[in-house]
Amino acid sequence: MQNRHHALGFSDQDVLNMYEIMLETRRFDERLWLLNRSGKIPFVVSGQGQEAAQVGAAFALNKEKDYVAPYYRDYGFVLAWGMTLREMMLNNFAKAEDPNSAGRQMPGHFSYRKLRMLTHSSPVTTQNPHAVGVALAAKLKGDDIVSFVTFGEGSSNQGDFHEACNFAGVHKLPVIFLCENNHYAISVGLKHQLSCEHVSDRAKGYGMFGKTFDGNDPLAAYAAVKEAADRAHRGEGPSLLEANFYRLTPHTSDDNDMTYRTKAEVDEAKKHDGVLTFAAYLRELNILTADKEKEMEERIKKEIDDATDYAEKAPFADQDSVLRYVYEERD
Amino acid sequence: MAVISYIEAVTQALKEEMERDEDVFVMGEDVGKRGGVFQATKGLYEEFGEKRVIDTPLAESAIVGVGIGAAMYGLRPVAEMQFSDFMLPAANQIISEAAKTRYRSNNDWTVPLTIRAPYGGGVHGGLYHSQSMEAIFANVPGLKIVMPSTPYDVKGLLKASIRSNDPVIFFEHKRAYRLIKGEVPEGDYTLPIGKADIKREGNDVTVISYGLAVHFALQAAEKLAESGISTHILDLRTVYPLDREAVVNAAKKTGKVLLVTEDNKEGSVMSEVAATIAENCLFDLDAPIRRLAAPDAPSMPYAAPLEKQFLLSSEKLEQAIRDLAEY
Ligand SMILES: Cc1ncc(C[n+]2csc(CCOP(=O)(O)OP(=O)(O)O)c2C)c(N)n1
Ligand SMILES: [Mg+2]
Repeated sequence: MQNRHHALGFSDQDVLNMYEIMLETRRFDERLWLLNRSGKIPFVVSGQGQEAAQVGAAFALNKEKDYVAPYYRDYGFVLAWGMTLREMMLNNFAKAEDPNSAGRQMPGHFSYRKLRMLTHSSPVTTQNPHAVGVALAAKLKGDDIVSFVTFGEGSSNQGDFHEACNFAGVHKLPVIFLCENNHYAISVGLKHQLSCEHVSDRAKGYGMFGKTFDGNDPLAAYAAVKEAADRAHRGEGPSLLEANFYRLTPHTSDDNDMTYRTKAEVDEAKKHDGVLTFAAYLRELNILTADKEKEMEERIKKEIDDATDYAEKAPFADQDSVLRYVYEERD
Repeated sequence: MAVISYIEAVTQALKEEMERDEDVFVMGEDVGKRGGVFQATKGLYEEFGEKRVIDTPLAESAIVGVGIGAAMYGLRPVAEMQFSDFMLPAANQIISEAAKTRYRSNNDWTVPLTIRAPYGGGVHGGLYHSQSMEAIFANVPGLKIVMPSTPYDVKGLLKASIRSNDPVIFFEHKRAYRLIKGEVPEGDYTLPIGKADIKREGNDVTVISYGLAVHFALQAAEKLAESGISTHILDLRTVYPLDREAVVNAAKKTGKVLLVTEDNKEGSVMSEVAATIAENCLFDLDAPIRRLAAPDAPSMPYAAPLEKQFLLSSEKLEQAIRDLAEY
């Protein structure tokens, strides 16, 4: 197997770290389903199958400066970006200490001002114009940053997607639009969502750079996002990227995907699962050894156990707090 | 004090706020070189340049959505909706996003965004250049809705809106733009959002209204004074959240209340004012609450006589106040 990461400037340790975050995300996600099926948390929205691109993308951005607007499947992205497992678990248990919303929003509606992570809502693609606004503001202030936003391929049919792309294109703003194309929007497959081949084909209509890459490969994601970020920093405007992968779980814990797709189809997609294929790559290059793998799995399990325990015991927000923060409160 | 028009007060407030704070900027359709289709942003492009007076693509959801993003970054955008009738494409951004950002992030993110929108009829605008849109937004906690009636209020309240750390919809009555003139101090001042204002003291009948209709009430009150009817006029100025205390006090003052809005009657801001009075003033009323509003037809027709049929006037108010006085 050919080493592909050295050419991107990554050391062996770097890619091992990358893989560890992907694995951590996957194990975390699996734990959420267990917690849901055992009645401890009411709802799961899952990112399984999308971790590779999410983590690869995060590695291509500047964690000290850039602004990000991740969507509800982006556990891999937010973990790589600096949200802790505890915080992610507090979010899923909807506890007061959850930095995303203190239990106000459903899980996966990320928000963390400290990390320059915008607040996400449920109506899809409303975050896209926000990311454009951040980029516009940064340009006005002369700040050299990139504004990064993600969304699904079904959501790329919303007016806000198109309005945001066009605005960013016209004003040549440093925005990276990353469409996470998992080939389903709940039950509706790609063919019934778009009549162009790639979501990224739409870039042309907005005068921006477009590119589709293998979303199961974190290195491909890194390379694409890095290219888009470099362009943005050079003042060449926004990019529309598209990660191609497959949603391995049902839409959410409330969905039964066997009503609209086959197990055979899902099983086939699992063969290309980025967490598995990247592990195979690292094993072949002898970077991921059996010992390291065991060590990783043990550490991750311990941390997820700790996070679960912590979040389960943590208090909910005070009931009287429902009236807080409707408007600015001054004392 | 200089006497200026309602729209000049808008421009003056924008200009002074942009001079005072470099984080304030204006965006919207035709706001740049053209100075806005009504000229509300006249001269700003020349003074502040295209970076701070931004002609956006024709897409309302993006105007508000991009404004929200810029506000979250820490700036104070003033987004213009060319006509309030056309802010519906942005309703999702206003209701789902701007209004809920502070709440859903548990006070972490805020949206200090001002959305200016010309509203109201009497300009031969037909169905889609005449509407009052406030009722659509006036049950959305997290929003503030300001609807001033005088140039003095416009300037003080627009400045306060721009400085507010919460999203504000600032509705400007487009018929008032050039029709209404008044004294406005040249220097800096703000007026409190959320506070109604007594525009005339009286003892027989209370009129509660906002926007252009306040002037019809004032004219009617002048006339009625000649026949010995004394009218108390409360201008809501902020229609959401309501200044309930001022509403209750005004209702109690005379015991006869006429609620006036240019909006369609059903489910208007005045329906909430009526409920507030009903909840608080049972033993203070000497007559049933009355409402004077536009008919419950979809919107104002274009043809002059039909438009007139729809619109409020000082004559219509005079009649309604007189009826109530004689109850
Ligand atoms: C405006 C809007 N319409 C409908 C929904 C309900 N809904 C939630 S997710 C979803 C599918 C989204 O598919 P896609 O954009 O491909 O993202 P994915 O969930 O596959 O990651 C739908 C229809 C919504 N949240 N918002
Ligand atoms: Mg999808």
